[in-house]
Amino acid sequence: MARLHEYQGKAILKTAGLAVPDGRVASTASEARAAAEALGCPVIMKVQAWVTGRKDKGGVVLAKSPDEAAGHAERLLNMRFGNFPVTEVLVEQVIDIAHELFVSLTIDDAAQAPLLLLDTHGGTGIEDRAATVARIPINPTTGVNTDDIRNALVSSPLDSSLHDKITRAIETIINLAKSCEARSFEVNPLVVTTAGDVLAADCRITIDDYAVFRHPELGIEIARELDHPATALERVAYDVEQNDHRGTFYFAQLPTDGAENTKGVIGFHGAGGGGSMMSMDAVTNEGFTLANFCDTSGNPSAAKVYRAARIILSQPGLVGYFGSGSGVASQEQFHSAYGLAKAFLELNITIPVVVRLGGNSEDRACDILHDACENLPAIVEGFRKDDTPAACAQRFAELVAASQKQVGDAFVHERIIPGFVNSASAYSFPITGGTVWIDHTNCEAATTQTVITNSSNLLKADSNNRPVLAVAEEDVAGADSELIACEIECHRAGAPVIFIDLEIPGLDEALATKETLTAAS
Amino acid sequence: MSIIIDRTKRVLVQGITGREGRARTRLMREFGTNVVAGCTPGKGGEEVEGVPVFNTVEEAAECLGMFDISVVFVPARLVKSAAIEAIEAGVKLIVLVPDRVPLWDAMEIATVARQHNANFIGPNTLGVISPGRAVLGMIGGRAESARQWFNEPIAGRTVGIISRSGGMTSSCGYYLSRAGVGLSTLVHVGGDSVIGLPIPDVARMFQNDSDTDAIVIFGEIGGSQEERLAELMQQGIVTKPVIAYIGGKAAREGTRFSHAGAIIEGNRGTHEGKTAALTAAGATVVDGFGDLPGAVLETFKKKQTVA
Repeated sequence: MARLHEYQGKAILKTAGLAVPDGRVASTASEARAAAEALGCPVIMKVQAWVTGRKDKGGVVLAKSPDEAAGHAERLLNMRFGNFPVTEVLVEQVIDIAHELFVSLTIDDAAQAPLLLLDTHGGTGIEDRAATVARIPINPTTGVNTDDIRNALVSSPLDSSLHDKITRAIETIINLAKSCEARSFEVNPLVVTTAGDVLAADCRITIDDYAVFRHPELGIEIARELDHPATALERVAYDVEQNDHRGTFYFAQLPTDGAENTKGVIGFHGAGGGGSMMSMDAVTNEGFTLANFCDTSGNPSAAKVYRAARIILSQPGLVGYFGSGSGVASQEQFHSAYGLAKAFLELNITIPVVVRLGGNSEDRACDILHDACENLPAIVEGFRKDDTPAACAQRFAELVAASQKQVGDAFVHERIIPGFVNSASAYSFPITGGTVWIDHTNCEAATTQTVITNSSNLLKADSNNRPVLAVAEEDVAGADSELIACEIECHRAGAPVIFIDLEIPGLDEALATKETLTAAS
Repeated sequence: MSIIIDRTKRVLVQGITGREGRARTRLMREFGTNVVAGCTPGKGGEEVEGVPVFNTVEEAAECLGMFDISVVFVPARLVKSAAIEAIEAGVKLIVLVPDRVPLWDAMEIATVARQHNANFIGPNTLGVISPGRAVLGMIGGRAESARQWFNEPIAGRTVGIISRSGGMTSSCGYYLSRAGVGLSTLVHVGGDSVIGLPIPDVARMFQNDSDTDAIVIFGEIGGSQEERLAELMQQGIVTKPVIAYIGGKAAREGTRFSHAGAIIEGNRGTHEGKTAALTAAGATVVDGFGDLPGAVLETFKKKQTVA
């Protein structure tokens, strides 16, 4: 999540020279007591949660003694905001507030630039005072013109002796927003104390997802906008994306509450942001509950599509798998077909699959999927650009209804790995993120020929007429898509002697724990 | 006529020697785009698809003369420096294909572009295509597909397409073509929140394009592009018929569905807000994507009756 908690934001502000109230973070009642003792009571205690109006929701309280602080902590740490349980409470010294300002930097998409919102009558309820807020444009390269801030302060009730200090504080906030590449950076309120000091009394920062890689110092584990704490599977998916930049892979789990009143929970695999959203609507209209949102697009490798499918199918209780994108993809769709076929074969999929593969090479893509999955327990169907999302969703509903009558139980993620994998007699070589295995004991001349023909010139026959690498190991390392194609084509040709064992770091562990494989409702 | 791209425009490809740059140069050349040079630092002197490669934009321009457009296919983290290099060398329109360009980089590119009176499309754009003429980026993927999928302009029944989704740009073009609608230009403005040429700017171009009879919008939740188009319609600046679909009706606040720009924050950028603004301005907003071709044909029928 590319959002920072108040205490994390305050730590950054403090380092940059903007004062914040003395405080400590507590994640247990005894830590809260210790913090209150150290800071001296009374203390203010604030849940660390990404919600607005914490105070009205009982998330901000005053403690007059360390005992009271411990008691409050007990209660606060049991609170939930939306899908987020409270795990930390910020315990702070109470400050004497003389004046509050609202300071917020957001991105103005129309101006293609940051915008500073400044209200010198700050504090809560800012939404109702839009008219009094000064809107100050920021140059993303050179920053703010401090005269603009001063001008906004002139008309305020603040004593002019304070203007310099406040201007410097706001400048610090803007410079920080730029240096940590924030998409929004809000200090509400910025406080002037009775002693005339300027402090940041609250702080909420959201970092740009796409810039998180440049900011390891912020300790952001998963740069995704989610309305719940990242699940084990979301973390696994995020790592896959970080390790393979060929195309885009986005995976988010959705709450499935109320699913019992629908046609069931399904795995969803979109392609392209807009097409995915549209397809999601189509299958939702058909009466299904989506376990997840997923998008693999931008010409992804077969390996990426395969990993996405495996992760989707790790979710418990699925009654079907629905894939659909824009329907008229510019990318070559056969890569995706190979990736999907590999996942469905390995898992011996038992739930119906409908995938809309419209776009370039759609005929080839559908052939691959149909052929490769012909003998699976489940029906796997591919569709083309002239098949609408609504029609595909309808077909999917028919297949799910029929399969539930026959099979009943939902799908369980269990991989079938051929016996020759890891055997001493098999030929193998490493590739990025996996190992290629070839069953040399079953390679007659014809089989070897099949393997080589489908290997994109990566394999050749050795002196015993068995397939071996034709190129150096480093030249084959990134050829996972070609090798997956080879594996599926050999399977189609009745020569299943090559297997690409692709790693998905963390997936087995996630499956073993059985924890958080669904999004909290 | 068409907007942004036709056969006369001289096009440069930055990052031409990479996987995507190479493949898309072939598409652009085969479809009719006048790709005159490519750039990759350290690869000067090579050739890609018969196009000469230079180390820098400046060097390429010195040798071959200035370019009208540069299409950028470099890794996201290098997009800023590539775009600024092209703008400073004098190129007036930059097409930024890569996904995941950091937001502050995009804003910095915008600042430099304004200083040089230049513009950019994207980031995260599939590109622009004028059927029967030329293509920028990767729309269609292959030249023969692009020819097969998209109708050329048809007098009196031609639309310009503006989309916030790449795949749906092609999708709109394909389904409208099948319904017998002509296409002037298809523009994927890019899926990010800060983009160079947003929907209202492209709509102004279509307003001034003689081939374009109506404007089709594939909008999405988040941001203010659709609302700003509605303003232009209210002001009488965009008067051609507008037919729109807004994706993301089912999306909930605070969760992002792929496109960085498609996020509802607070009560801004909602599906209802966009639909209401466009409808009030006189646009036809269809509920289902499949209703788009019918609504466009209906618009042409009404126009004919009025005429």
